[in-house]
Amino acid sequence: MSEARDEILAGIRRSLGVSATDTTRRQIVEARIAAAARGVLPQRGEGAVPTRAATFQAQAESVAASVARVAGDADIPAEIARFLRENNLPATLRMGEDTRLGALPWDATTIGISKGPSNGDDLNAVSHAEAGVAETGTLVLVSGPDNPTTLNFLPDNHIVVLRADAIAANYEDVWSELRTRFGKGLMPRTVNLITGPSRSADIEQKMLLGAHGPRRLHIVIVG
Amino acid sequence: MSAHATSPQFKDNAHRALQDTQLQKALGNVRHNFIERRAQAAARLPEFEALRDQARDLRDHVLAHLDLYLEIYERKVTEAGGHVHFARTAEEASRIVVDLAKARGAKIVTKGKSMVSEEIGLNAALERAGIEAVETDLGEYIIQLRGEAPSHIIAPAVHLNQEDIESDFRRVHTWLPKDRDLEAPESLLAEARATLRAKFLASDIGITGANFLVAETGTSIIVTNEGNGDLTQTLPKMHVVVASIEKIAPTLEDVAGIMRVLARSATGQDMSVYTTLSTGPRRPGDVDGPEEYHVVLVDNGRSNMLGTDFEDMLRCIRCGACMNHCPVYHAVGGHAYGWVYPGPMGAVLTPSLIGVDQGGHLPNASTFCGRCESVCPVRIPLPKLMRHWREREFERHLSPATVRSGLAVWAFFAKRPKLYALSARIGIGLMGLAGRSRGRFAWMPFAGGWTKYRDLPAPQGQTFQAMFKRQRGASR
Repeated sequence: MSEARDEILAGIRRSLGVSATDTTRRQIVEARIAAAARGVLPQRGEGAVPTRAATFQAQAESVAASVARVAGDADIPAEIARFLRENNLPATLRMGEDTRLGALPWDATTIGISKGPSNGDDLNAVSHAEAGVAETGTLVLVSGPDNPTTLNFLPDNHIVVLRADAIAANYEDVWSELRTRFGKGLMPRTVNLITGPSRSADIEQKMLLGAHGPRRLHIVIVG
Repeated sequence: MSAHATSPQFKDNAHRALQDTQLQKALGNVRHNFIERRAQAAARLPEFEALRDQARDLRDHVLAHLDLYLEIYERKVTEAGGHVHFARTAEEASRIVVDLAKARGAKIVTKGKSMVSEEIGLNAALERAGIEAVETDLGEYIIQLRGEAPSHIIAPAVHLNQEDIESDFRRVHTWLPKDRDLEAPESLLAEARATLRAKFLASDIGITGANFLVAETGTSIIVTNEGNGDLTQTLPKMHVVVASIEKIAPTLEDVAGIMRVLARSATGQDMSVYTTLSTGPRRPGDVDGPEEYHVVLVDNGRSNMLGTDFEDMLRCIRCGACMNHCPVYHAVGGHAYGWVYPGPMGAVLTPSLIGVDQGGHLPNASTFCGRCESVCPVRIPLPKLMRHWREREFERHLSPATVRSGLAVWAFFAKRPKLYALSARIGIGLMGLAGRSRGRFAWMPFAGGWTKYRDLPAPQGQTFQAMFKRQRGASR
């Protein structure tokens, strides 16, 4: 343990007038972490799946994401082909090892698929979202070989597949899901909450899209 | 060494800022955009005020248990394969980062926007060690090209106009065609994007700040709109987080609660574009992400603020709402404050961190209108804290002699109400008499600071106390 660490902790205790051996304080802190209690939750995101999906879509569109709804998995490649075509983008797509994406009928389209993380040369990428948050139209993406983090930021156009029933009312519902999947107190290396395409207002407070991350964010909601 | 302060020259700085027409034009953007956008975002969320109360209570709880949460946070980071370093001072923090960079033979580091890295003077320390530090937030990149400090904690280049940025890009980006069209702001953005993309890919180390450090999971969180922080921390081999010790949040649920007031208070967005949770380095099977993950926890005077009148200031989540709503900030901009943190939060924090002898003028830069407190997402009583500093400046005999003797004269009369009323009546009567022809004074002894810039209206009729007495008598 470093000297700086011990000095800082001792300094905090001295300023607060508390002792390191006070077990009551320790119990309070441990209980708070164990409980992970929810606070005030906005009503805005609540509702059954169709309501949550509609709220998600409205919120995402309000921050300049485009949203398409498809009935089933089989419709996803055609929708992505349409998006690329209508925006005059080349029919190429980078993706990770996600089996849900890999199993889609890409052969029915002319899209050329390549797999792996991005080194900055890819124009278009597709990821599969872990979840969505209706409250603010936010996507939740989790790092790993299935959906590498570089695909979320380097390509100009990011397409994200999101299941309607994975759209949660609020962030707290997503945290519960993450705890179930990864364990209490454990997290994947990176969780990206993404709300719309990249932007900057650093030039005279004018909002401009496509600062360093994707210029376009297209969300395909399935179901 | 901490960033250099010109705060002792606040009055001169402010005077210059008021004369600067270019700056005054740029500051108009603060006055309009930020205030409206925040008000609209708050109005869209019925739970907003309850969330502010909750955020205040949470921050108080964290500060009261900060030692214990830091211990838990450190343990969780280590369990996730990361490393935690503690730094008592700015120098120590910079040295830790420089040593990490040197040990890996780093030549170029990219940086996400981080106010604490400004506070500790990290870029200067890296450059002294021969390492190129590249700011990647668009606003930070622009001011780095100009050799300036940020003038706002979330909009570092808010003091500049588009023409200023265009001329900086033409001056520095000499490898691009001279006759290129940079008329539209979009073309400036595209040029910065292309220039910085190359830096991201060449970077050896990515340095970011943190908006939150989660004790439950050992997670650091950054909030950005551009995605620059994410490229900064995802592409290089090493990610170094530099964060001050009070950034702790106990659980992810606590983070969710504060997130809901952060962006709304800052930019008026419901949610910033990218909120990124990072826990440790690359995992087995990962195909991207950093191989090493370090957190440098900076104290630099904060632990001394706990248990004092200024503990409330440590609730701050750096949204910038106080400066966005401050008439003094609107008038003089951020650079006049002379150190890293401007506006009302800076006026309270600066004397705490660098001393009242250096930052003691800043708490005087307030009209006590109270707008800062009324919009603060964690309800910091900023005017009260500025008043505490004024008292300390007075107690420590740091205020100018004229102010001290003026206050002493006023105190003499204030303690003797009858004498006060009598002399006020005589004084008002004499002034009214002397100014009756023109109704105003162009010059007044002891009030040169006022009459140099505007006329002093001549009093008409009775003193306030006399009028108050009469009105009250009439209403009974």
